[in-house]
Amino acid sequence: MDVLLLSRLQFAAATMFHFLFVPLTLGLSVLVAIMETKYVKTGDEIYLKMTKFWGKLFLINFALGVVTGITLEFQFGTNWSRYSAYVGDIFGSLLAIEATVAFFLESSLIGLWIFGWNKISKKAHAICMWLVAVAGTLSGVWILIANGWMQHPVGYAIRNGRAELVDFAAVVFNKFAILEFFHTVSGAYVLSAFFVMGISAYHLLKKQHIEFFTKSFQMGLIFGLIFSIFIAVEGDMHGVHVTETQPAKLAAMEAHWETTTRAPLHLFAIPDEENERNIIEIGSIPGLLSFLGHHDFNAEVRGLKDFPKDERPPVFLTFVAFRTMVGIGTLLVILTVVGFFLRKRLVESPIYLKIMLFAIPLPYIAIEAGWIVAEVGRQPWIVYGLMKTSDAVSPVACTQVLFSLIGFILIYGLLGAVGFYLIAKNARKGPV
Amino acid sequence: MDLQAIWFFLWGLLWAVFFMTDGFDFGIGVLYPFLGKSDTDKRLMINSIGPLWDGNEVWLITAGGVTFAAFPTVYAVMFSSMYSALMLILFALILRGVAFEFRRKVDNDTWKKIWDICIFIGGLVPAVLFGVAFANIFQGIPIDGNGVNQGNLFSLLNPYGLLGGVLFLLLFLVHGALWIAIRTEGDLNERAGLAANKLWYWLAAAAVIFLVSSKFATKLYDNYIAHPALFLVILITVLALFATKFFILKKTWLKAWFASALTIVGSTFFGVIGLYPNLFPSSLDPAFSLTAQNASSSPLTLKIMLGVVVVFIPIVIGYQIWIYTIFSSKVTEEDLSYDEAY
Ligand code: HDD
Ligand code: HEM
Ligand code: HEM
Repeated sequence: MDVLLLSRLQFAAATMFHFLFVPLTLGLSVLVAIMETKYVKTGDEIYLKMTKFWGKLFLINFALGVVTGITLEFQFGTNWSRYSAYVGDIFGSLLAIEATVAFFLESSLIGLWIFGWNKISKKAHAICMWLVAVAGTLSGVWILIANGWMQHPVGYAIRNGRAELVDFAAVVFNKFAILEFFHTVSGAYVLSAFFVMGISAYHLLKKQHIEFFTKSFQMGLIFGLIFSIFIAVEGDMHGVHVTETQPAKLAAMEAHWETTTRAPLHLFAIPDEENERNIIEIGSIPGLLSFLGHHDFNAEVRGLKDFPKDERPPVFLTFVAFRTMVGIGTLLVILTVVGFFLRKRLVESPIYLKIMLFAIPLPYIAIEAGWIVAEVGRQPWIVYGLMKTSDAVSPVACTQVLFSLIGFILIYGLLGAVGFYLIAKNARKGPV
Repeated sequence: MDLQAIWFFLWGLLWAVFFMTDGFDFGIGVLYPFLGKSDTDKRLMINSIGPLWDGNEVWLITAGGVTFAAFPTVYAVMFSSMYSALMLILFALILRGVAFEFRRKVDNDTWKKIWDICIFIGGLVPAVLFGVAFANIFQGIPIDGNGVNQGNLFSLLNPYGLLGGVLFLLLFLVHGALWIAIRTEGDLNERAGLAANKLWYWLAAAAVIFLVSSKFATKLYDNYIAHPALFLVILITVLALFATKFFILKKTWLKAWFASALTIVGSTFFGVIGLYPNLFPSSLDPAFSLTAQNASSSPLTLKIMLGVVVVFIPIVIGYQIWIYTIFSSKVTEEDLSYDEAY
């Protein structure tokens, strides 16, 4: 085993684990803020109960998001030191801005929200949650500008043996980053909507706290409907931009080997990387890939064979992850549309409620799969076209990384189990 | 002053503020099993920092982030060459953060005991290892011309490094005990005050030994000898240390806490000033040292970041002070009866 492989495993485990919690933080903070605002405006106790119940689940999840985030901030230095030295002029400042404008606000105000129920006015308390939500979104803005720059570097010049900033505005308004931001945040909203609907479905199935959970479900439904449609549309725009900026990733997402016009889209295929072909292709729709990539059925799409072997991403993983995400995304749209028609008689629709209960993990899988597409599909580059992942790794001893990786797996494994146990326990208990 | 020099001192300042704020959280974590005789005591202790610790921890993230932004090479070399120490700190911080949130979520004694241990580790490990790390930086790290550390975790644990660890631990213990004294009443308040009083002697001893051994183990005094006016910083720090004692004796806890805060900031600056212009000196060859000049970001990045910091850090300080004042009153058993309390 080498340092590179171990570092990649460790980074992948750490980010993916972080992103199990981040999306719920982003979305549920908005929902809880809406609930509390309704309480302040109407004085209706049910909204206070809702704020407290969903707020409690929010806080357990939030704690896990916070502690797993800190390790990420430092892993660029510990495990990717050559990367950090090479791009720190640009990338480092984005992380520092994230901390100063977003994390401070979020982490300071969450304490006030938890402990401030009878110390500040009701209105101020609700505003506090809105600020937590805004700060979470802001942190998404900056981290995705940073990630967008790795995906599609802009506004820099190579000087003094490293990438130096020349155009800050170009970095901030990077189209790639903007698309990533809207995609990720709406993904987070969809996930949170399904979380709220799923837990509400559990109680509605048991016919308990009916008013409470019908209201919660309906709020989740509106959210979920809007954003699951939005994310599909926006994801399509995202795909077009990936085609332009990272043609090798697109080819891997679609297991597309030969450069052709009227490129087909395979609903299902098994790529064979050794022999540069697909073993089976089922449900191939001619021209659809050209259309998705360029919005033109006859456009030329570059195939993997166009790229030197050492500049191709792992095809199988990218391909499967992309299908998983899009498949689930489509399913989520269907589920929320069905829900829209059933919204007035949820309690009489036990089959639908049961499906929604078991749908809770789906957006989680989609969101992780999405990141696998984005990050694994970018390989072998750590910064697309500029620096290879293999040149980025720290010159540290293999044993050190091995021990820290084992540490991560143990601690995160336990935390994940405890965290989800506590969320499930409190969710099942219902409002008090 | 040029941009790099300004950033050098901002870098030092951010670390100092981190030690000053999260420092008392660490101290309380270590005092926790000793002062927390009953479950109520324990809860009073963690609730005294409940609303604050997370915001305090962000000073670490910002100090790290600013190191990355302003001195990318230092960020890269510092964190990779102290890999294991940093990982241990991170693991400890993870345990601490969830422990606060999880401890009261299940009503079971074993469960609570597990998280109690995590709170203790989450205070002890960062307190000691940050001290060890910074003392080693003061002393110089065996990095070669490529920024590769020739030592390992155990070479960090040299006498001067360990002394730094002990000093930081004691600084934070006194600081934490004072915070408990400010925010609690009765028995716990008394025990915390007593602890601060006793620990102060150990702290004073460690500080003297540290100041003296710095003369032999490091080159920190070179800058002071070149510019004798700088000795004022050491003088103020020592005065702050004595003021801490003075206010402890008078039982004016808030004043004692401020004096202790000044002691921590002063101690950090004692090292930072001595280091200048080095951020990460090499003990193998001064030519390999990373300095404010050879390790900094481009002037454009430094300027943009200066703008960000000058605008936002005062805002942050503003709302953090506001939140501190909201939670400056004593934590009482009544506060604990709320569902949200830790
Ligand atoms: C789209 C949003 C998003 C993404 C892609 C990431 N994060 Fe995150 N992160 C958040 C959104 C977020 C958040 C929702 O804002 C959190 C959860 C709790 C919190 O305080 O902020 C958070 C927490 C969090 C914290 C702790 C902040 C605190 O103590 O309050 C750090 C240091 C990071 N993250 C760093 C990272 C890094 C280095 C990432 C790159 C891989 C990353 N995050 C991906
Ligand atoms: C939060 C959601 C994210 C997830 C789930 C995720 C997932 C992954 C995975 C699976 C890898 C391993 C790829 C491989 O080595 O084959 C990876 C690598 C990496 N990602 Fe991400 N990522 C996320 C966000 C980000 C963001 C926002 C950034 C930058 C700010 C980032 C920076 C990196 C870096 C530096 C590597 C290591 C080098 C590499 O392998 O390319 N990631 N990530
Ligand atoms: C159904 C339609 C969807 C389409 C067409 C779509 C499209 C895409 C594309 C093309 C990428 C790759 C971008 C890149 O390489 O960086 C991507 C990434 C991603 N997807 Fe989706 N997606 C869909 C649904 C979803 C859903 C439902 C979720 C989560 C709930 C999700 C979460 C993500 C995330 C987090 C990423 C990585 C971040 C990014 O690069 O934007 N996607 N998506």
